Amino acid sequence: MDFSFSEEQTLLRNTIQSFVQDNYDFDRRREIIQSDEGMSKDNWKQLAELGLLGVPFSENDGGLEFGSVETMIVAEEFGKGLVVEPYIQTVVTCGGFLRRASEAQRQEHLPGLISGDEIWAFAYAEPQGRFNLADIKVSAAKNGDEYTLNGDKCVVSAAPWAHKLIVSARTSGDQSDKNGISLFIVDKSSDGISTRDYKTVDGSMASEVSFENVKLNSSSLIGEEGNAYPLIELVADETIAALCAEAIGAMSVLNETTVEYCKTRKQFGQPIGKFQVLQHRMVDMFMQYEQSVSMTYMVNLKLEEEDLERSKAASGAKVQICNAAKFIGQSAVQLHGGMGMTDELNVGHYFKRLSMIETQLGNADHHLKKYSLAS
Amino acid sequence: MDLNFTKADQEFRDEVRDFIAENFSPENNTGQNIEKYHEVTSDQMKEGILSWHKKLYKKGWIAPHWPVEYGGVDWSITQRYIWDQECANAGTTPLIPFGLTMLGPVIIAFGNDHQKDWVLKGILSGDDWWCQGYSEPGAGSDLASLRTKAERDGDHYIVNGHKIWTTLAQYANWMFCLVRTSSEGKPQEGISFLLIDMNTPGIEVKPIITVDGGHEVNEVFLEDVRVPVENLVGEENMGWTIAKFLLGNERTGIAGVARSKKAIDKLKEIAKSELNNGEPLINDSSFNKKITELEVDLTALEYTELRTLAKESQGEGPGVESSILKIKGTEIQQKISELTLEAIGNYASPYITPLSVRNFGSNYLEVGPEHTQGVAQNYFGMRKTSIYGGSNEIQRNIIAKMVLGL
Repeated sequence: MDFSFSEEQTLLRNTIQSFVQDNYDFDRRREIIQSDEGMSKDNWKQLAELGLLGVPFSENDGGLEFGSVETMIVAEEFGKGLVVEPYIQTVVTCGGFLRRASEAQRQEHLPGLISGDEIWAFAYAEPQGRFNLADIKVSAAKNGDEYTLNGDKCVVSAAPWAHKLIVSARTSGDQSDKNGISLFIVDKSSDGISTRDYKTVDGSMASEVSFENVKLNSSSLIGEEGNAYPLIELVADETIAALCAEAIGAMSVLNETTVEYCKTRKQFGQPIGKFQVLQHRMVDMFMQYEQSVSMTYMVNLKLEEEDLERSKAASGAKVQICNAAKFIGQSAVQLHGGMGMTDELNVGHYFKRLSMIETQLGNADHHLKKYSLAS
Repeated sequence: MDLNFTKADQEFRDEVRDFIAENFSPENNTGQNIEKYHEVTSDQMKEGILSWHKKLYKKGWIAPHWPVEYGGVDWSITQRYIWDQECANAGTTPLIPFGLTMLGPVIIAFGNDHQKDWVLKGILSGDDWWCQGYSEPGAGSDLASLRTKAERDGDHYIVNGHKIWTTLAQYANWMFCLVRTSSEGKPQEGISFLLIDMNTPGIEVKPIITVDGGHEVNEVFLEDVRVPVENLVGEENMGWTIAKFLLGNERTGIAGVARSKKAIDKLKEIAKSELNNGEPLINDSSFNKKITELEVDLTALEYTELRTLAKESQGEGPGVESSILKIKGTEIQQKISELTLEAIGNYASPYITPLSVRNFGSNYLEVGPEHTQGVAQNYFGMRKTSIYGGSNEIQRNIIAKMVLGL
């Protein structure tokens, strides 16, 4: 057993750290998220030039052929900087589907993704579906060599920036059947797609996406018709593993900031960090963080396991991360007092991002149940 | 001991209900109606809050907790309870507490006749909007370390300093302010309580934008602000006694039991309409358990508050019990906002605030079901409640020291 990082992995971490340091101080981030664009295309180009958009792809496909530990490192460092560019959405999630797609699809789509020319978003959530990835009303009806897509997806993260979408749709079965679900690659500029773009509370952007008689060629189908659910679960678990890494990055900054603040903020003639009740709270924050790091390593090391084992690892990790995100986020604000409530300090921004990670791809209750079913 | 309403109480409740139905229109309800608040400018907001205030003033019900001779109403605690409950049920605009709950009782207890006349009149009528000049950048939980200085110059004090977290100061024409008039002895001994006209030269109000995207709190800078000596409340250097008296009153109002009940009702409605695997979320046993626990906790707080009110009506002022009400009241409010956020699932993330609409356009308004709008911002914003009015850590210290003798 070994939890240490290789020299190459440490180099990768250093690269990302200097990217974040050079491009992502807090004021710069504020400018980016308040701009109309909502992200920085320059940053995205830089990530491409650094090769980071190719992390999980095979060398044959033009990638770096790294594993989940490398993705974890990237996401963790992005979490520290609250990076809003849609790395996880494009590279981890949509990339996760594409690297398992056909040779022809990989050749068609991966060069544009890896070069940074095309951003991708995964449209899975529906208004009635909550966290159930199989609760799908969006339909894809087959007619000869063509599918016709109809229905609504909600809160599609990164969709305002996306050129291409991957859409989960029902090709057969009842609304929440696990069978009968298919995945399609959809050009966002296709006829019949309308979007409502908006900012999200954590500084990112999302869209409501409607499909009205959108015509798809059968070459846009990923994998077999009707059998996409296991792949969706797999990629969702990989995404959860990356979100956990992003979360521990954000938590580490919040914990450090809070400890530092309590060492310097004086009330009653002494640093407030001298008060035992605050010390114990910070110790609990620290322990929650350490437990979260452990679960994040665990899930990232188990992504290759068979389905049930992997799914259990992902759900377990997500439960820990949700609970820790809430406790650390709320505590960091509380210990900063009024200052923690201001938009000016970074504390509230980390708190907001962590609160959204809690919800993304299922909250603690959802994954507690999944874990229990997998046990 | 008796928990039942008398026939007279029931009649009173009907009277209150009728009055609210006739006089309160939800369209004016700018403070409470979060679904609509994006359309409201700050002037309309002020007007909206005051419109309900002015109706209550006309009816004579604006300050039920004040002594009758000063414009209060002679209601029993049961009647006050009914009043709060009915207002919450109707979702009336929350009244601004700075004059009615905080300063009013201070002036009644410590003010001179002249102050009793003009200050109380302005509070009751709503013509004066008061803000609270307490906290400073270096004096939060440790309020007594405040540094804003008032130096005597003939018939005036010259005030210099910097106040922070001043709620709704952007609307206020008056501020009650703690200032340092002496640096001798313990820090608590050199503090005075001054009434400052916000239109005096030398005052600057600077907004603070909070994590929920709202503008509720401000910084107030005071530079050579001349305040007439007659605006001193009580004696010079007895401000700390007044400050503590005021904070006791502030905490009593903070429990917010009736409004929390209403918020739990709303949460249940949301949990009935949100689906989880095709079933209403409220049928989910783990979510249901969380709501139920919260309801039980709130019931306990409700009876703790009633016991406190009963004591108060027998002439015992709000004591350290008010710290229990503050801690539990705010923890429950926070928990409700947390569960509401949890209930709305994926629709937690769209960002809609007056600022976002101003910055990014108004076509945001229809994202997601109406009940999801503003929920995340409310969750973030509610974090302030365990910080303001004396942080919950400080409240626990007060109970440890004053009740348990530790």
